Amino acid sequence: MLLIPCPHCGPRSELEFHCGGEAHIARPTNPAATGDQRWAEYLFYRSNTKGVHAERWLHVHGCGRWFNVRRDTISDRFVTADQIRSAEEGS
Amino acid sequence: MQSNRLPIGGRVDRSRRLRFRFNGTVIHGFAGDTVASALLANGVSLVGRSFKYHRPRGILCHGSEEPNALLQVDRGPGRVDPNNRATITEVTEGLTVASQNHWPSLEHDIGAINDWLSPIFTAGFYYKTFMWPRALWDKVYEPLIRAAAGLGVAPKEADADRYAQRYAHCDVLIVGAGPAGLAAALAASTSGQRVILADEQAEFGGTLLHDTGSMIQGMQAAGWLVGTVAALADCRNVRLLPRTTAFGYYNHNHVALLERVTDHLADPASGLPRERLWQVRAKQVVLATGAHERPLAFADNDRPGIMLAESIRAFINRYAVVPGHRIVFATSGASAYRAAADARAAGVEVVVVDVRPVAACGPELALLRAEGVEVLTGHTVLGSTGRKRVRGLIVAPVDADGRIGIRRKLTCDAVGLSGGWTPAVHLFSQSRGKLTFDTAIDAYRPGRSVQAERSAGAANGSYELTTCLAEGWEAGLRATGRDGARSFRVSPATPTGFVAVRVLPGEGNGRAFIDFQNDVTAKDIRLAVREGFESVEHIKRYTTTGMATDQGKTSNMTALGLLSETLSRPVAQVGTTTFRPPYTPVSFGALTGAARGALFEPVRKAPLHDWAAARGAVFEPVDRWLRARYFPRPGEDMRAAVSRECRAVRSSVGILDASTLGKIEVVGPDAAEFLNRLYINGWTKLAPGRCRYGVMPKEDGYIFDDGVVARLAAERFHVTTTTGGAARVLDHMEEYLQTEWPNLKVFLTSTTEQWAVIALQGPKARQVITPLVDGIDMSAAVFPHMAVRTGRICGVPTRLFRVSFTGELGYEINLPASQAALVWDAVYAGGEPYGIEPYGTEAMHVLRAERGFIIVGQETDGTVAPDDVGLSGMIADAKPDFVGKRSLARPDLMAAGRKQLVGLLTEVPGVVLDEGAQVVENPGQPALGHVTSAYWSDACGRSIALALVAGGRARHGQVLHVTTQAGFTAVRVTEPVFFDAGAERVHG
Amino acid sequence: MRHFSLMSLLSEAVNAHRGWDRQWRSPEPKPSYDAVIIGAGGHGLATAYYMAKQHGMRNIAVLEKGWLGGGNTGRNTTIIRSNYLYDESAALYGHAMKLWQDLSQELNYNVMYSRRGVLILAHNTHDVQSARRHVYANRLNGIDNEWLTPEQTKAFCPPLNISRDARYPVLGAALQRCGGVARHDAVAWGYARGADAMGVDIIQNCEVLGIQRGPDGAVAAVDTSRGRIATRRIGVSAAGSTSVVMALAGLRMPLESFPLQALVSEPVKPVFPCVLMSNAVHAYISQSDKGELVIGAGTDQYVSYSQQGGLQVTAHTLDAICELFPQFSRMRMMRNWAGIVDVTPDRSPIIGTTPVSGLFVNCGWGTGGFKATPGAGHLFAWTVAKGEPHPINAPFTLDRFRTGRLIDEAAAAAVAH
Repeated sequence: MLLIPCPHCGPRSELEFHCGGEAHIARPTNPAATGDQRWAEYLFYRSNTKGVHAERWLHVHGCGRWFNVRRDTISDRFVTADQIRSAEEGS
Repeated sequence: MQSNRLPIGGRVDRSRRLRFRFNGTVIHGFAGDTVASALLANGVSLVGRSFKYHRPRGILCHGSEEPNALLQVDRGPGRVDPNNRATITEVTEGLTVASQNHWPSLEHDIGAINDWLSPIFTAGFYYKTFMWPRALWDKVYEPLIRAAAGLGVAPKEADADRYAQRYAHCDVLIVGAGPAGLAAALAASTSGQRVILADEQAEFGGTLLHDTGSMIQGMQAAGWLVGTVAALADCRNVRLLPRTTAFGYYNHNHVALLERVTDHLADPASGLPRERLWQVRAKQVVLATGAHERPLAFADNDRPGIMLAESIRAFINRYAVVPGHRIVFATSGASAYRAAADARAAGVEVVVVDVRPVAACGPELALLRAEGVEVLTGHTVLGSTGRKRVRGLIVAPVDADGRIGIRRKLTCDAVGLSGGWTPAVHLFSQSRGKLTFDTAIDAYRPGRSVQAERSAGAANGSYELTTCLAEGWEAGLRATGRDGARSFRVSPATPTGFVAVRVLPGEGNGRAFIDFQNDVTAKDIRLAVREGFESVEHIKRYTTTGMATDQGKTSNMTALGLLSETLSRPVAQVGTTTFRPPYTPVSFGALTGAARGALFEPVRKAPLHDWAAARGAVFEPVDRWLRARYFPRPGEDMRAAVSRECRAVRSSVGILDASTLGKIEVVGPDAAEFLNRLYINGWTKLAPGRCRYGVMPKEDGYIFDDGVVARLAAERFHVTTTTGGAARVLDHMEEYLQTEWPNLKVFLTSTTEQWAVIALQGPKARQVITPLVDGIDMSAAVFPHMAVRTGRICGVPTRLFRVSFTGELGYEINLPASQAALVWDAVYAGGEPYGIEPYGTEAMHVLRAERGFIIVGQETDGTVAPDDVGLSGMIADAKPDFVGKRSLARPDLMAAGRKQLVGLLTEVPGVVLDEGAQVVENPGQPALGHVTSAYWSDACGRSIALALVAGGRARHGQVLHVTTQAGFTAVRVTEPVFFDAGAERVHG
Repeated sequence: MRHFSLMSLLSEAVNAHRGWDRQWRSPEPKPSYDAVIIGAGGHGLATAYYMAKQHGMRNIAVLEKGWLGGGNTGRNTTIIRSNYLYDESAALYGHAMKLWQDLSQELNYNVMYSRRGVLILAHNTHDVQSARRHVYANRLNGIDNEWLTPEQTKAFCPPLNISRDARYPVLGAALQRCGGVARHDAVAWGYARGADAMGVDIIQNCEVLGIQRGPDGAVAAVDTSRGRIATRRIGVSAAGSTSVVMALAGLRMPLESFPLQALVSEPVKPVFPCVLMSNAVHAYISQSDKGELVIGAGTDQYVSYSQQGGLQVTAHTLDAICELFPQFSRMRMMRNWAGIVDVTPDRSPIIGTTPVSGLFVNCGWGTGGFKATPGAGHLFAWTVAKGEPHPINAPFTLDRFRTGRLIDEAAAAAVAH
């Protein structure tokens, strides 16, 4: 069971979280103008990194917030945890 | 009785005599005995049969690594289980134990014929045969193989015990309370940090429990132990967990431990759990898990009475039991000399056979000889005699070139083997630490750590008592963030060191057992190598070595060494198999804990559940809820009850508890925009006070959920979801809000439990409800279909929806859940003059199907797009985008021939199709789709069905065929509406 | 290759088993091969076997990072069944099921395929609808599957608790009688022995570190921990490591790799006659020929290559098992482990060509690849040998994620409303 560093609450047991998969998969800004292959890549293609991997977690039974972390998928060790910045803050 | 019990000594409590039964015979022991020590005290040496060859077997060890002495234990009804190790099963008054894997009896076992056939039953023999004639495999060979397998008998009754689970956090978890663990705990305790010390045995002390010779800090070991445990018990920051096995080391210093709470009690206090699972998250872990002694491999090294040397020492010193009266110790190292000396001191006749030449022996040789013990150095063991008990050992001198001299038989009734030691690195390996092979100790020891842990003492490959204590102390200090060393005065010096011997010279044609339980011999391992199995994992899997209940604790290193020798490759290059949890077997019950029966997945009950139960409702599980399915009257079957309920709704009025619907309050200046982006529908123009049916796809375009959404105010929406969808829809909304559109000013709140929902449906609904409502104009003109009003009902605040999932005039009364019963009773009473009927989910399904309303999860299955179920008209074309919109334009979603929702009417009106039945053009042709819903419709006076059929909308009027249990039945394709096609009744 | 039979076993028994050959060689890699299969699991070995046997390609190598059969082949719960819903899946798994029937004879290696029947329980109305949909669809496709009442289910699996008071009562089950289990290691070993005998080089401890492409963009060689090997055809059959291998050719995949745990109990005398699965309570169970209860369930939730999962996943699986079989509460877990499963968005595999010429892939089997081993190998061999998919695996393209023509077996078993 992972000990997940929620940036808002501190380290908490995996039981409190949902994993949201790979982070930084940007939704195309103009889907209608996005080709089928590009759209499929957005929907389905993942880097599935062996090594340090950016992923999203939802602290569903805690603060209810989504955040990004980087985790080594070989050792399962967490590297960093960042809050998802709002658009105004310019991410 | 207790013929092998010494008159004095040991840690057993002679004032408390206990009796138990072994294979029906009463056995006497003392409190503090294990079943193994009590059996040995009574001269019982034959306690089981091996897995494959049904060889007679005795007790090999004194701890949890025991491979042979596995017993069926009976503690009363619902408390019977197999494969208990006699060496850790504590004796309780009235316990019943029995040996396993034999027929008709332990002494006379037909299965022993396998031992005669052993030349055939080599490693992997079954892969090479039983293939011809082919037909015999299913009927003869495989059933025979299966019948022969297994050890004990699985429990037949439900478990009578309960199990507890506990989560704990600590600064330092110390696993093992032998000398290293105790020293670590002493050092750590002084920090004031939270320390947990756990040990699998009943008493703390590890080897100190049977070390009668050592002095620590000027005290006898036993005395030091008492003082140390007492000191730790006095520390408020230290939690002591005896009988607690750390069995799994998981990510991020999550360690799982199993505490045995009641199995050692004859009459446990009621309410105590049998076992307790501890899940500890430790900042630091100290592994002081000790080491396992290795047996020696020679022909017939498995006879009852042949044990580990250190275990003989433990039985003598700790339990005051002499396993034999003339004991031969066969060893390749020094530690057995200590056992021999202790046996000698207990009055046993002792001979030592040491494989090492004199030159390789240490001071232990002279010391023992000085006591008058015969020691044969430079000797090998060629075999043993006896059948159900060892009677002798055949030994012979062996020179450096392996030449065997004149053989000699040493008569004996017990044998102590010592082939060296293997650190118990299981937990270290599970923590993903890197093992390194150390030729100096001929074993893998902990190398680089990956998690916050450190090993100390024998687990670290340090076998001298003084080193164990010093390493433990240092580990305890370091785990609490401090540095320092301390030396412990210990005398005499611990005899250590051994020569690694894989199989003793002179094995000949005999069978030298490596893995005792699985009957894997040295020859099996060599055969596997000969057949090309070179990876250690292949050897394990082909021969099954290390795969028995002991998971190879006593055998793995010997097997690895033999593999290395056979391949002429250093052990370090051979590698080792991966250590997997659990360290020792763990009951399913402990892992399950309280999650049994009603708590397996706690049932959710709607606010009016009790009313329905009192009315005799039949319930069905829907997601985690239990919902009333129908309300049968005496003598009614489901169809009759459902027809009656439907009739009430269509002709007068019915009432349904719809509280399980998911509800989410969506509030904020951007609430409408937010919904625009998540639903196919548009929300901007929906006026406050109005409702709309919304369809929510996921980004892949397929329908994800649906429900009515009410706009209460410009910036406030009351969203409903399906019963099962409540949590995932909220998660979906939160995900997009937080990660894609964090600039939208919207707040989401789950209100599923807060709002009870009473659906009142039928032409009389308005008459029933109007007298109860305050502050809402109920007239049809002012409060039309798909509108929402706030006011009071029976004095209770309500959000009153005028909506319908039945096609009738109807309302859904949302009100605080705490007031649901009051309002339900009032509405029900108000409806009685009209013949109101409660209806359940089944009638709800029929009523909505008559009107062609879909149910997400029934008409849809995650591959159905809005257009497939005829809902594309709801797509707000003006919106440039919503989640899922782009996916609807993918080639396959635009292609002709997609499955579309249609109605099906059976040609024989009385036939109700099976849900899930396949639709074909003609029998023998491939499926066009399937029946999603099928009911008897009271309103239509016939059966109706909804189906998804390829190109279905173009097939209206066609006759197709649907599979039935008997074959096929003809159906006609129609619009998916069977009643009130003009949708007039909702406006009544 | 020494023929295995009772006669050969008996003659070796009197010969102290000195006459057995190596079951496969341990060759050094050659500088070039006509084709290279990456991954010596059951699928990769079966692919090589059928390429040699049916397509006459003998100059091929199977490269394995570790030891053959050491990935998911040796870590699964060995369930074999073919009762999948969609026609495409039914054809695919049905093809494998046909090959299972005579596999021991085909390989002259007893893979101990045991037709003991697979039950899939239904616990609520939705499960019943779904199970019956499967039964009807399978029967149209000629796939063995039938519906059992709770009482019939109990008769087929006597230890089952069918009390109506259970948290999730048993409302019936779908039974595939030809389903069952097989000895997973033996499948890998049997294919390895058969392929080796036809000249296939199985090269263990040989990690692929790079995929070289020629000026035409097509594959030209693989770089390995044991040197460069020239080849014009590469078949990737690397399960959980597929994304890593495909990245060497510059390709991203619609895959994620998750830990999938399983466990066995201590061995007991025969107590469980069939294979039983329950989607609603998330567990499956059978009893091995050695007597262990073999139990598995869902994956952990996060991508990991660690072959280790969380205890809570295993514990929840056992919650479900003890709910269905309260008498097993006192059984003990003896060993718990994990494999790495590569999961596609629609839970169906990808078997076919890739955007790189000469590079083929067989992946995405998720939690269910073992059962497909002979069929997947057979079809992938065709695909690699002919450069185009066999009609049975033609729907299982990478391109379906572009067109939306998914084969969504998971969605078809959608959770209840």
